[in-house]
Amino acid sequence: MAKIKPRVKVPRSVKAGEFFTVKTLINHKMESGQRKDKKTGKKIPRKIINFFEASFNGTPVFTADIQPAVSSNPFFQFSMKVDGPGKLAFKWVDDDGSVYETAKPIKIG
Amino acid sequence: MKKTTRTAMIGAFLAASLAFSAQAGGMNTELVIDTDNGPVKIITHVKNPPKGSPLSELYSGWVFRSKETQALETDDFDNPGMIFVEQARDAWNTPDGTVGKSCADCHGDPSSMKGLRTVLPRWDAKLGKLMTLEDYVNESRVKYMGAKPWKYGGGQLTAMVALISMQSRGMPVNVKTDGPVRKFWELGKKLYYTRVGQLDMACSNCHEDNYGKYIRADHLSQGQINGFPAYRLKNAKLNSVHGRFKGCMKNIRATPYKVGSDEFKALELYVASRGNGLSVEAPSVRN
Repeated sequence: MAKIKPRVKVPRSVKAGEFFTVKTLINHKMESGQRKDKKTGKKIPRKIINFFEASFNGTPVFTADIQPAVSSNPFFQFSMKVDGPGKLAFKWVDDDGSVYETAKPIKIG
Repeated sequence: MKKTTRTAMIGAFLAASLAFSAQAGGMNTELVIDTDNGPVKIITHVKNPPKGSPLSELYSGWVFRSKETQALETDDFDNPGMIFVEQARDAWNTPDGTVGKSCADCHGDPSSMKGLRTVLPRWDAKLGKLMTLEDYVNESRVKYMGAKPWKYGGGQLTAMVALISMQSRGMPVNVKTDGPVRKFWELGKKLYYTRVGQLDMACSNCHEDNYGKYIRADHLSQGQINGFPAYRLKNAKLNSVHGRFKGCMKNIRATPYKVGSDEFKALELYVASRGNGLSVEAPSVRN
């Protein structure tokens, strides 16, 4: 499988107290655990991203428990507003325990 | 009362048979893509196509898609095709083959490929044959990297073609149709207008005579290939031009030519020339 690279898009600068949109995407197969290997007939074990969290300066602003029905390369988009600049951190948790993280600075301008 | 109904029906009938250009008046042809390098304007509508074009106006396939599908292409972040482009970018920087070189070792950044897509397929005098972008990638892999060629129409090759095509985004397609490629172009033209298969249809029956109309639930486009490789929501991957040709031929219950065959390369050249003037749009999003 291709290297897992989370991607995030935030506006270059935002205005304090005004809503802005955050888009996130992570490339992941999201193996549901329901499929069978065509050759061996055995079930392919489940391997999905089961949790996503975005936090601003340590405070969670958006979290999601993800279930097997979510398609591959899960895309999340949400709106938020801030009072001042800071760091928006993102975290994806995989079934195998891996955690993929990235962060974006939020600038007021 | 009866008379009014009839008049209304005639009115509706007339409206339905109006030329496509009138309908297009209400269609959105404004496409600006938000990319990492700022906005890129895409030409999706050419009012005066180059001389000799069989079409009175050119439209990118984007124009015929639903509002939601169109929106996916307006921001690179939303474009699912970019996942594959990113994979191709990794492959671009990864050495492969016996020579131990990567694409980047000779070519540097993929942006050095700017403009290449607009002129392909073209005649290569050195190699003495008609070359598509796929051919060039594999030529380099075999000759300079000592690597195995990628499967024509396969995922890796199509993603690499998308990465290279993307560098020319916004630039108008401008393939040559004269000189040594003329005979391939003529062959492509012949294939385009030849009825085949159990349904006895030619490319032109849908994409020239009836574009803009619905064939059951499908909104027929002009069959332009400026947006290829295209991400299709239907199969959630990038689709090559030849893959699309194959799908079309199956739809009319004909036996398709092989992906990567001379026939499809000739057809690719001919169809590309019909879109001269439209912007390269790859990787586009279609349904």
